[in-house]
Amino acid sequence: MSRPAKVRSQPLVLVVEDYQDAREMYAAYLQFSGFDVAEAGNGIEAIEKTQALLPDIVLMDLALPRMDGWEATRRLKNDPRTRHIPIVALTGHALAGHAEGAREAGCDAFVTKPCLPDALVAEIKRLLDAQGGNAENVKDTARTPRSTKKRS
Amino acid sequence: MARVAAPVAPIHGVDSDAKLAFVEFLLTSIDVQESARRAVDWLVAHATVREAAVLVSEGISNEMLLVAEHGISSGAIMDFALNRDDASHPLIQALGGPSAIYVDGLAAHHRVPLEAQAFHVIPLRAEASEPGHGLLLVSGVGSELDAETAWLGRTLGKQVSRLLGRQLLAETRFGQERMLLYSIINAVTDPILLTDTEGKLIIANSHAEKLFAAPEEASEGWRRAAALNNMLFSAALSTSAVGMAEMARRELLLVDPLEGSDLLFELLSSRAKDERQGTYVVSILRNVTDLARAKEEIEESYRTLRIAQAEVRDERHRLDLIIDSVADPILVTDQEGDIVLMNTPAERLFNAPGIDDEMALRRVRANGANLTSFVSNVLTRSGEQRYRGEIQLGDPLTGRPLPVEAVAGTILSEQGELMWVVTILHDLTEAIEKARLYEQLKQASVELERKVQEATAELAEQNELLRRQHIALEQASALKSQFLANMSHEFRTPLNAILGYTHMLLNNVTGQVTDPQRKSLSRIDSNARHLLALINDILDITRIEAGRMPLNATTFGLGELFDEVQSELEPIIKRSNLAVSTKVRGAVPPVRSDRQKVKQIVLNLLSNALKFTPAGSVTMTASYDARLRQVAIAVTDTGVGIPEDDQVKVFEDFRQLDSSPARGYGGTGLGLSICRRLAQILGGTIELESAPGAGSTFTLRLPAKARRR
Repeated sequence: MSRPAKVRSQPLVLVVEDYQDAREMYAAYLQFSGFDVAEAGNGIEAIEKTQALLPDIVLMDLALPRMDGWEATRRLKNDPRTRHIPIVALTGHALAGHAEGAREAGCDAFVTKPCLPDALVAEIKRLLDAQGGNAENVKDTARTPRSTKKRS
Repeated sequence: MARVAAPVAPIHGVDSDAKLAFVEFLLTSIDVQESARRAVDWLVAHATVREAAVLVSEGISNEMLLVAEHGISSGAIMDFALNRDDASHPLIQALGGPSAIYVDGLAAHHRVPLEAQAFHVIPLRAEASEPGHGLLLVSGVGSELDAETAWLGRTLGKQVSRLLGRQLLAETRFGQERMLLYSIINAVTDPILLTDTEGKLIIANSHAEKLFAAPEEASEGWRRAAALNNMLFSAALSTSAVGMAEMARRELLLVDPLEGSDLLFELLSSRAKDERQGTYVVSILRNVTDLARAKEEIEESYRTLRIAQAEVRDERHRLDLIIDSVADPILVTDQEGDIVLMNTPAERLFNAPGIDDEMALRRVRANGANLTSFVSNVLTRSGEQRYRGEIQLGDPLTGRPLPVEAVAGTILSEQGELMWVVTILHDLTEAIEKARLYEQLKQASVELERKVQEATAELAEQNELLRRQHIALEQASALKSQFLANMSHEFRTPLNAILGYTHMLLNNVTGQVTDPQRKSLSRIDSNARHLLALINDILDITRIEAGRMPLNATTFGLGELFDEVQSELEPIIKRSNLAVSTKVRGAVPPVRSDRQKVKQIVLNLLSNALKFTPAGSVTMTASYDARLRQVAIAVTDTGVGIPEDDQVKVFEDFRQLDSSPARGYGGTGLGLSICRRLAQILGGTIELESAPGAGSTFTLRLPAKARRR
C-alpha cells in the first residue's frame, strides 16, 4: 500500500455534498476544527478529486447528481490507489436498506443527517485515529454528540 | 185310392198265369206302343213265331206306323210305311175284313215289313163289326193260327181299341181327370181326407196317409201313432158335429208318426153331399205347429222388447238425471247439427226457457250459432273421435262473456256412419282468471328476478368499485408513505443546515456571540430540534402504518436493556433529581423480540415518566408470567397522574393532557402513540394504571418469544 509522499500538517477531508449550504457548513466547521478541506458537488467530481488529492478521509453524501454516492464509493474502493482512504457515508434516509447498501458499497462509517458538525468531526477523528494517528494535530473542539446515531 | 174297374178277358189255354199277368199289365197301361211291345214280347215267349210286327194308325192320320216288332231288320222297320187309303193293298183290305187272314206270297209292289212270304194278318179291334185300329203280322206259326196267338190278337185288339177307340177314349179322359184330381190332392202339402160322418177314411192324400194309415211294413210306433191320430181325428169330428153345414175350424193336436213329436193342426172340415153315396166330410189339416211356435216366439220377443223398452226408459231417465246433475252443459246434436238432447245447464245457455227478454233471446241465438259452427267443425273432421276447442259464449241473462272449452265426441252407428255428436262445455272463466293471475305472478317473479339480478349486478359493480378503490387507496397509502418518507428527507436537508449553522454560531466558530444572541440562538436550536423530533416520529408512524417496519428478532436480557436505557438518559436523570431504580422480580428469562424496538418503547416510557414527575421516584420493573409466557416491563412514577377519562386519550396522536403549545414537558405528543403501535407489532400491549396525584404505571407486556409475523 502506497502512502502519498506529501506529508500534511493537517489531515485533508474531501466533503462530497451536492447541497451547497450543507457542504460549506461542514467545510467551515472542519476548517474551524483544524482540518484541511476539499469539496466536491457530485460523484464524478468526488472520484476525480480523490484520485488527484488522495485525501485522508472522504465524507460522502449518498444522494448525488450525475453519479450517486454508492457508485462513487464502489469505484474508489475498487481502485488500488484510493482503496485505503476511509469513506464516511452521509445520508438523510435513516432506512435500514441505505445503511446496508452503503456498507456493501465499501463505506467505512455511516452517519445519518441531520448531523451536527461537531458530531461529524468526532466521527472523522475516530476513524482517523483508527487509521494511524494523523489526527493528533487536530484541534479538539468536538463535544459529545447527543443526536448522533451510531450504526455499527 | 179307388181303382178304375178294368175289363177282364176270359182266360184260355195252358198258361193262364202268364195271360193274367199280361192282362193286368194292359189294365194299368194307357200307352199303345207300350202295350204293343209287351204283346210282342209275350208272343215271342209263349208262341213259336219267327217274325212279329204291330202296325197302328194313330188319330186322324192315314199313316200306319210300326210300333212293335220281333225278328225284323232295322232297315225294314225304317223303310216301311203303309197308307190306309191304299185300298188295293191286301193288308188294308185285311183291316176291314171280317177275320184274320193268311197271306202266302204278295205282289212285289205291295211292301210288307216281314221277310217271310207267308204270314198271318190279324186286325186289331174290340168287336168283329168295327174296323180295326191296327194289324198284327205274325210269321212262322204255320198256316193255321194257333190258340195263343189268336188269344193275344183278340186281347191286344181290345186293348188297342180301348186306348185308341172312341169309347175307350172317353173312358181314358175320365180316368185322366181323376188322375189329375188325385195328383192335385197329392200336390197339396196339407193332409186332405175324405171321410164319412163317423170319421171313417174313404180317400186320403199321401200326406194324410202318412198320419193316419200305417203301411204293413211300418213299425209298431208308427201304427200306434196312426191309430191314436185316427182316434183323435174322429173325436174332433164328433165334437164339432153340430153346425157342420158350414166350414168348421178348430185346432187338432196329432202325433208325428215318424218323429214322435207333437204336431198342431188347424182342422177345416166341411160336409159334402153326394146324391148316390150319401154324406161325406172333407177335412183339411193345416200344420200350424211352426206357426204356434213362431207366435210364441213373437210373444216372447214382444215381452222381451217390452222389458227392454222399460229398461231403456229407466236407463234414459237415469241418464237424464245424471246429465242434468252435471254442472257442465252437455249437448247431443245429430248429423244435421240440430240439438236432440241437452241437460239443464245447457238449456240455460241454448234455450233460456221462460225468458222473453229480447236481448237474452238474441244471446241464446248467438250461443246456438257458435255451437253450430263448432259442431260443423267436428262433423267435417271425420275420423277423429275427439275434438277439442274453445267457444266464446255469453250468459243469456247478464250478457257476461263466457269462454268455454268444448270437448266433442262422435257416436257412430254399427255401419260406421256418424249418428250424433256429444259436446261437453266447460266454463273457462276461472281457468282463464287463474292463468291470468299465474301470468301476473310469473311476471312479478320475473320482475323480481330481474331486480335481484340488477341489484346483484350493482352489488358486484360496487364490490368491484370498492376493490378498485381499495387498490387505489392502498396505492395512495403507499404513495403517501413514500411521499412522507421523501418529505422527511427533504425536511432534514434544510433542517440539517439550520441546526449546523446554529451550532456553529453557538460554538463561536464565526466569532464570539453576545448573551442575548446566544439566548436567541438557543431558542432556534431547541425549536429546530423539536421539529426534527416531530419529523422522526412522523416517519416512524408512517413506516409502521405502511408495514415497512421490519422486525429483527434477537434474544436479550431485560436487565442489560434497563442499564442501557438508563445510561442513555443519564443527563436527563441527573437534571431531574429523581430517584431512578430498576428491579427484576423473580426469574425473568431472556426475551426473544426486536431489541431496538423494545428499547425505543422503554426509552420513551422512562423519558415520559421523568418529564411528568416533578418530585419523587421512577421505578422500572421486569417480571414474567410463566402461565401466559409473557414478560412485563412496568415504569412507575410518583408524578401528576392521569384522570381515568383521559387514560385512553394519552395514546392518541398529538395528545398531551396539557395541550398548551409550550408544553412545558416537551415532546412531540406522538411518543405513546408510537409505543402502542410498536407494542402491537411485537405482539404485545401497553396498559396504563393511574389516578390524578397518585402517579402512573405504564406496563408493556410482551410474549417471551415473539411469534413470527
